[in-house]
Amino acid sequence: MGEFLGVALAVAAKDLRVERRSKTALVSALSFAVLTLVIFNFARDAASLSRAAMAPSVLWITFAFSGVIALNRSFALERENAALDGLLMAPVSRGALFVGKYLANLAFVFAVEAVALPLFVVFFGVDLRGAVGGVILVAVLATAGFVAVGTVFAAMTVRTRFAELMLPLLLLPFMLPPVTWAVQATARLLSNRPASEIAGWIRLLGLYDLVFIVACLLVFPSLMDE
Amino acid sequence: MPDRVAARRIASRGLVLIALGLVTLAGIYLLALRFTPVERFQGLPQKIFYIHVPAAWCALLAFSLVGIASGLYLWLRDPRLDRFAESTASVGLMFSIIMLTTGPLWGKPVWGTWWEWDARLTFTLILFFLFLGYRALRGALVDPEERARFSAVVGILGLVLVPFVHLTVYLFRTVHPQPIVLKPSEPSLPWDMLRTLLASLSAFTVLLIGFVMTRYGLARMEDGEAESGKREGGDDGR
Repeated sequence: MGEFLGVALAVAAKDLRVERRSKTALVSALSFAVLTLVIFNFARDAASLSRAAMAPSVLWITFAFSGVIALNRSFALERENAALDGLLMAPVSRGALFVGKYLANLAFVFAVEAVALPLFVVFFGVDLRGAVGGVILVAVLATAGFVAVGTVFAAMTVRTRFAELMLPLLLLPFMLPPVTWAVQATARLLSNRPASEIAGWIRLLGLYDLVFIVACLLVFPSLMDE
Repeated sequence: MPDRVAARRIASRGLVLIALGLVTLAGIYLLALRFTPVERFQGLPQKIFYIHVPAAWCALLAFSLVGIASGLYLWLRDPRLDRFAESTASVGLMFSIIMLTTGPLWGKPVWGTWWEWDARLTFTLILFFLFLGYRALRGALVDPEERARFSAVVGILGLVLVPFVHLTVYLFRTVHPQPIVLKPSEPSLPWDMLRTLLASLSAFTVLLIGFVMTRYGLARMEDGEAESGKREGGDDGR
């Protein structure tokens, strides 16, 4: 178990180190998230739709789309110079490899969300006081689920010719449940509804995470055997 | 070689089933339009029911079969299971297109709208996208072994996703007609209509089996040809 975690953390640290040194992917993903927020503001008819009414959907579409953009990068790095073959030749469990890639992707997507959230508050005039903890919890739970599935799909789509197109085609249907629940929970949090109204959505998100993280951990090794 | 003969036999048997299914289907059109009473409130558009429901049934059946075959493939690594999943997914995609086109055709006169973001409609739309993604991924991968493993993973995860999509869409209100045959109490469909529906369900299921068998047989024949091509190529090299 200790070795498993050690390998996973080493893989994650490697990915994040590459990211920290180049910064291109992070900056691009961040710019994408900010641009999405800006475009939503212009795509809204101010006369008929208030910013508050649209806010939860805007937040989650931004998170979901920048999540896909961020995940596309995950295995693209490994493809260059056949780095993945090197990783696969190492005598480590494929499960640990998945957990490592998953953790790095998670850190990456969280970083994008952490910058997008304050900007969202500013751009959409949202009052987050009293709801910060809840919104962060919902964001963490929803992101943890779709990034797990996204990590598996990114490992496959990187082998195809149109990886950037193929990943959203496969992943968006899987994002539908967590994003729908997250929008519902966020809308209730922003209008300060009682916690009992949100608990159900949180539980669903937790269930999704549990099921899909386990499922991805089980299927990932069969993607990697040559 | 005997493999190719067997594959050809499967494909031709599939063709026989398709012919049988199509003839029965023609009979069902006659039965539905001529010998089944017109529904009192919906009028003639209700006839679409006899195509829409069986198509939906076949799409769901195909989807479950793809998921099961995918799981078995990852376990047993038999290329035949992969070919079966592939054939079933293509046929399922076709049935889901029938389901998604006949639905709005009925919805416009009865609901007054082509599309409604209703639970069952959303659910089937996602099903369609899962089939589409599965097909697209297969098309984008060249190596047969890799393609088999990757698409099996999508097939399994898709099956895991279905209950979640179900859960999501049923939390919202629905305007779709409720089940009238498969429900805890007695079927509330009048016998004349139930008879037509059951006949249509059987015809569609026969068509599903026929299409899958034909596609599967053809894919196996292709495999056999590729195999023997490889063998001959190897001989030349020596």
